[in-house]
Amino acid sequence: MWDEYFSPKSVREVLEILQSYKGQARIIAGGTDLIPEIKGQIRKVKCLVDISEIDLLKKIEIDGDTIKIGAGITHSEVAASELIREQAMVLAEAASAVGSPLIRNQGTVVGNVVNAQPAADTAVALFALGAEIEIVSQRATKIVPIEKLYKGVGLSKIDSTMEMATAVYFKSLKNNQGSAFVRLAQRKALTLPILNAAVVVTAQKDRFSEARVVVAPVAPRPLRSKKAEAILTDAPISPEYINKAAEAVAFEAQPRESALRGSAEYRMEMVKVLLVRALRLAIQRVKEK
Amino acid sequence: MTSKTFLRMIVNGEVVERAIRPSAMLLDILRYELGFTGVKEACGRGECGACTVLVDGIAISSCITPALKAMNKEIVTIEGLGSSAKLHPIQEAFIEHGAVQCGFCTPGMILSAKALLDKNLSPTEEEVKVGLSGNLCRCTGYVKIIEAVLSAAEKMRK
Repeated sequence: MWDEYFSPKSVREVLEILQSYKGQARIIAGGTDLIPEIKGQIRKVKCLVDISEIDLLKKIEIDGDTIKIGAGITHSEVAASELIREQAMVLAEAASAVGSPLIRNQGTVVGNVVNAQPAADTAVALFALGAEIEIVSQRATKIVPIEKLYKGVGLSKIDSTMEMATAVYFKSLKNNQGSAFVRLAQRKALTLPILNAAVVVTAQKDRFSEARVVVAPVAPRPLRSKKAEAILTDAPISPEYINKAAEAVAFEAQPRESALRGSAEYRMEMVKVLLVRALRLAIQRVKEK
Repeated sequence: MTSKTFLRMIVNGEVVERAIRPSAMLLDILRYELGFTGVKEACGRGECGACTVLVDGIAISSCITPALKAMNKEIVTIEGLGSSAKLHPIQEAFIEHGAVQCGFCTPGMILSAKALLDKNLSPTEEEVKVGLSGNLCRCTGYVKIIEAVLSAAEKMRK
């Protein structure tokens, strides 16, 4: 367990503490993943730097058409946010699916991304939204697409002992766009997804003009299916093309055999079903606008 | 050697000031140092809800919450929710509906129910189920628990 615990009030102080501990200190936000890891001795730290008392990070904001979610914002806050429900339903749905109310009250969306688990519900939604993340160190501030953050299973390129993710950014959905997140799991609560899928579709009359299609966990990181996206681009909105896209996703997916999540064969079939559900729901939402 | 650090919080309306280990969990302080044994430890990893407490009105798992996160915050445990002379309406409803079997999950269930009803006094059955979905009952007495919460909500609306 750790020897020291700091709750600084500014990002600058966080970076100073990290710097002075030379890799021995680590950032904690909600701690819903980190604390069980430390308790289970999967991770060792000498010092924790708690960022949840930094007021600047506890905001969901919109500037023009860009939505910003600060690193102090919990899953519950995202799930309940009118702004997110109206402008990025896919993320509100993903945030409501995480863990349990208790976990959602503590865990943060940015933390979910930093933790880099391949099935992290909100990360899957943020992939579909084309989100970017702001990473601040004493040397520089970088804005990086979330898709570029993954080094391996549960391994982010963000080094939380030296730098800090402060916010995620994405564009609010336009009137001709719809989104959806769907999940297959053993229960409705407190369970990891067998599979999840997030889509953002753009429609022009009865055709797709664009689609972003993401499924997980069928690869070491959320899988953005470029093949499915290519099939849907400029295609008619019809069961035929939706099914073609689903076949393409299954072609790219590489689900593992898993005692927890089911057989690879089963998940290969179900990933198609899930994607069809997500696309239909997203299309329905465009029509209802 | 780890040196102790200072924690101030308000527990069930009373200011508590203590020198604690920086790595203590909120559960450790509430249950083992302050004697609020209504805060139960079971899974120890935020999966069962037995350690639920309210922090500034929000239900959280105290077993995975560093105690220092509670600095200057208001904590409510089941002991702070009414007295033996005058129970909270949710507690009364749990008794009336037989929603307590072994009792181990009960404090967490009631506190999650309180957090829910504080925000929404007219929840649907589905909303109650979602609101309590982080609290496990190994006696599987869920039906009576849900009935109790709905009935408490009805009483509290009056």
